[in-house]
Parts: sequence; C-alpha cells; structure tokens
Amino acid sequence: MAKAKTNTEDYLRMYRQMVRIRVFEDNANQLYLSAKMPGLTHMYSGEEAVAVGICEALTDSDRITSTHRGHGHCVAKGADFKQMFCELLGKEEGYCRGKGGSMHIADQSHGNLGANAIVGGSMGIATGSALRAKLQGSDDVSVCFFGDGATAQGLLYEVMNMASLWKLPVIYACENNGYSEYTKTEEIAAGSIPARAEAFGIESFTVDGQDVLAVNELTERLVARARKGEGPFFVELMTYRYHGHHVGDINRDYYRAKEEETIWKESRDPIVNFGKWLAEEGIANAEDLQAMEDEIRADAKAAVDYALSAKYPDESEVDMHVFAPTDPATLRPGA
Amino acid sequence: MRNITLSQAVNEALAEEMRRDPTTFIIGEDVAEAGTPFKVLSGLVEEFGTERVIDTPIAEPGFMGLAVGAALTGSRPIVDLMFGDFIFLIMDQLCNQAAKAYYMSGGKLNVPLVLRTNLGATRRSAAQHSQSLHALVAHIPGLKVALPSSAYEAKGLMKTAIRDNNPVVIFEDKLMYNDKAPVPKEEFLIPFGEANIKRAGTDITLIGTSSMVQVCEKAAEMLEAEGISAEVIDPRTIVPLDEQTLIESAKKTSRVIVVDEGHQSFGITGEIAGRINEKAFYHLDAPVLRMGAMDVPVPFSPALEDITVPTPEGVVQNARKLMSGEMIHAA
Repeated sequence: MAKAKTNTEDYLRMYRQMVRIRVFEDNANQLYLSAKMPGLTHMYSGEEAVAVGICEALTDSDRITSTHRGHGHCVAKGADFKQMFCELLGKEEGYCRGKGGSMHIADQSHGNLGANAIVGGSMGIATGSALRAKLQGSDDVSVCFFGDGATAQGLLYEVMNMASLWKLPVIYACENNGYSEYTKTEEIAAGSIPARAEAFGIESFTVDGQDVLAVNELTERLVARARKGEGPFFVELMTYRYHGHHVGDINRDYYRAKEEETIWKESRDPIVNFGKWLAEEGIANAEDLQAMEDEIRADAKAAVDYALSAKYPDESEVDMHVFAPTDPATLRPGA
Repeated sequence: MRNITLSQAVNEALAEEMRRDPTTFIIGEDVAEAGTPFKVLSGLVEEFGTERVIDTPIAEPGFMGLAVGAALTGSRPIVDLMFGDFIFLIMDQLCNQAAKAYYMSGGKLNVPLVLRTNLGATRRSAAQHSQSLHALVAHIPGLKVALPSSAYEAKGLMKTAIRDNNPVVIFEDKLMYNDKAPVPKEEFLIPFGEANIKRAGTDITLIGTSSMVQVCEKAAEMLEAEGISAEVIDPRTIVPLDEQTLIESAKKTSRVIVVDEGHQSFGITGEIAGRINEKAFYHLDAPVLRMGAMDVPVPFSPALEDITVPTPEGVVQNARKLMSGEMIHAA
C-alpha cells in the first residue's frame, strides 16, 4: 500500500468513511429488496477507496459532481445518513425534500453539487464550477466523478478542451469499474482512456482504485497543484462494482462471470485490505475495526428506522421549488 | 426620448448589469473582439476584458455546461448562443440540468443564468438558421422565457433576466437588431409576467409575440381604416405569462387572434388559445384563431420563405372573417 496521510487519525477516518459507504449501501440494497424503497438505486459497494481517497484530499469549499452511482461520493464528502436515507425514501427531511431521490442527492453545505442521472451530465457543471473559482480568484478545486461508460459522451471532450485551454482547477476522476451498464468497457471504449485527456495536453494518471492510500496520495498532490493553477488533471481509477448496474440487475451471468466477482471481492476488497494494513502497522486491531463497524451499523439502522417513519412532503410542496424567488427590491432601478 | 437600435439596447443592458454585478460574465462563440456576427456585443470586451467576455471553442453543450456549473456556484453567466437553432445542441444542459436543479435539490441549488439567443425567419438563412424555437423551451418547467418586441423591451427584459435567480432564455428577433425605438436614457427594468397593451381596441384582440407584435400593429392600423377597432397585446414574457391581461381583453372584445413566429402546431399560439378558451369561453363570439409559422422547415428560396410566416395582410384577412362570423363554424 502506498502511504499518504501520516497520521493515525486520518487513516482511521478513511477506514471509517469506507465502512460507512459499504454499510449505507447494504442498507439501501435491503430497503430495495424488501420493497420499502420507491424506484431503483445504483450501489457503490466495491468502489469505496475511490470516493474516500479523493474526498479526503478536499475541503468543504472544494466542489464535487457525482453520478447515478453517487451514494459513495455523497458520504465521502461528509453527508449525514439520516438525511440521505430520508431522501432515498422520498421523505420531507431528505437532502432534497424527497424531490431528487437516490440519483439527485445534493449536499451543497459540503460542496456536493449533486448526483446526476444523465451519464456524463455533470462534466460541464464541474468544469464550470472550476471556471467560477478561477474568475473569482479562489483556490477551490472541483472534482468531476464519472464512470468509464461516460467517456463515450462527447461533452467530456468539449469541456476538457476548455479546461486545458484555460488551466481550470478541475480533476476528472474516471471510475473505471470495467462495465458500462451491462457491457464490458473494452466493447465501448477504443484505445486508452487516459490518452483521451492527454490529447488535450492534460496530465493523466492511472491508479489502483482499490488502494485508498494510493488514491489519496495522488489526489493530495494533484489538488495542491490545481490550487496553484497547474490543473486540470485526469485520473483513471481502476475499480470494481460488486453489484449489478442497479439493485435490480441480479441475474448478470450473461455479461459478467461470478468467478470474476469472487476474485475481486475476496482478494481486492478495499476495506478488508486497508484493515489488514492498519493491523500490520499497529494502528488498529481487528477488534477495534469490528467495534467501529458495529457502531456504524447501529447508526445506519437508527437512520433507516428514522427515515422509514419520517413523514412524506405535504402535497402542497409539489409545485414548490420550480422557480427560485427573486427579491423584488433587486429589480428596481438603482438597486 | 432618444431612439436606439435593438442591438444597442441589448448592449447597454449588458454593460449596465456587468458594471453593477461583478459576478456576471458573457460566454459564447466570437463574443469578445468579434462582438458576435450581429455585432451586438461590440465594445464590451474593451470595457470588461477577456476574463468576463469569454470566447469559447465551437462547443455549445460544453460552454452551456460550464455556465450551469458557474451559476450553481455563485456566478451569473450570460450565455451567448449564436443562433436559436443551436438550442437543440444544448438541450441536456438547459432542460435536464439548468431547469431542474432548483426543484431536484428541494430549493438548495439555483441557476441564475441568462441564455440569450435569437429567432426569426425571412433572412434567407434556410432551415437551420431561421427557426423560432421558444415553445420548445417554454414547455420545460423551471425555465423563464422572454420575447422582446422592440429595443425598449430588449433592454428592460434583459436587465430583469440578469437579476433573476433562475435560468432565463431570451429570444431576440435577429431581423430587428437594426430597428430603432425610443428607449429612456435613465435606468429602467421591465418586470416579467406583465403584458403590454400596445394599442387599445374594442372589436378584436390581436396577441402578438416578438416580431409578430409589429405585424399585429400594422394589421390593427389597416383594420382601423375599415372601421374595425383592434386591441394589440404583447405578452413580453411567455413564462411567466400574464394570463389575466389576455383573458380580460378577450372578454372585452370577444374575438382573438394569436400570432407567433414559432411553428403553429403544438406551439405558443395553441397554448394561449387554449387558456382563453378555458377561461373566457362564454364571452367569445368566435373561436380563438391561431396564426403561427407554417409547419414546414424554413425554406431558403425567398419565394417560399415569405409565405411561411404570418403577415399583416394575413392577420387582417382572418380578422375580417372573424368579424363577419365566417369562421365561427370552421372545422
């Protein structure tokens, strides 16, 4: 494992955040399987080291844009279980008052500009957030999360071109989990993925997305450089999604072998492997880590129970929030 | 009051608002030194610099996406889309991203952004540079849509659009850029959702948008010579729509023609006619008539193009028919 953060507290927080994502997803999956959740959701399980390794290098004023597979980014950027589960269940106390659901959770207090249900739909938004930082002279960095499948969208090439021309502080984080929905990545992507960014003069990297320290070490370095105006950057993070494209994608033998899933889960799991490393380094033993997980599972259960009994938004909210109010005082001449 | 062109009016509005609010910037193709092909932005880059008048590559979805991201994080971008026809290229960013962010986030994120573009045929520019696509945008909840009908409206509506906290699409009529109108030197804004009664009348109401306001005014003059008193109303914004003023006029005159340069089918004319039918039916002496552009791609040949859009003569003919009762039983 690569070493990045040198402080025990940071290691344990990264471990905790990865477990929080895994536990959140286990509960979300259970809510779907027990027919308690409306609609569908896309599990981040298996990819935890990517979101945590990156978001641990960011502050609350740094922005991220997320994807349909976005719970991991949301948790890693600091979101709270209770408001997330309320959102998944369409409840009033959800992050978006139940109006967005799993695929649109936004948490602007932690700099999460929102998940996006259009594959590649947030590439412009992340780059625009970086443009705003540059125009306003702030040193915020924006990270654009997207999958290997989204590299087929033309928008990526339009915005990378502008980001590179204008040296914008944006990091394109491509989570390559090997599958573009129900199709192997090699069937949809010609050539190399990082080479796409290199063609625009963007420095590109490929990193083991199952190694949280490697991801964090690289991101810390790139964020520091982006703050100094040396961006943009492109990172391909090699990872794996444990579930199907979404929770309902259960019989997937036709596109992915069970043996392959087993190999990743048994030998490449980012949480298990980081836990082993923490024990080897004498930072935490198995009991400590189990106690941490138990506590997180109890938190999650309490949040799920709360969300299940929380109230739905009142019907009067259906046409609220179509338009943001504009203070009439600002529309007067001289204002 | 001085007379200035629609182009100068837009330029003044942008300059005033950019001086007022340092978070505003213009982004689009050839907006800086070129000042756009219509020269509407001439001089702005000299005053505000290339940091705030930003030339982009030819990548409409890309720069529209950047503007949405900048708007979500504290800027007020003014996006310049060279031709209204290019709106098809940016539909995801405009309709899936900008329009829905405030609602999907339960009111936490908003997108204060202006998309300025144009509409209008008869410039001999053929099917991909002549469309009037405002109905397409007005259909999407979360977007406001302004249709200035003269230099005065172009300035007042633009200033309001820039201060509005939502995405606003302004369609300027590209044939009117050199048309002059009286515009006060003193600062003024035109509120959204307030129709303008351009001319009072008692026998028939002509509702016109954008370039069609002129068409309705000419028709009203011609009708006056025949002893028919036409009221001309310009809604100025179609989202929000000042339904009340339109309905009151319909109730007063009992006959209405709605004239708009978008295609007639599934368009603005049908929407306004529908609302009047629902809310003023028992006051009407004739069906509300729609006059939009023909449902054909805009043809290049002048011989063909000119017959695709409503004309004052066409409005007069239809008004006569409505007045004589001829169309009451129209199929």
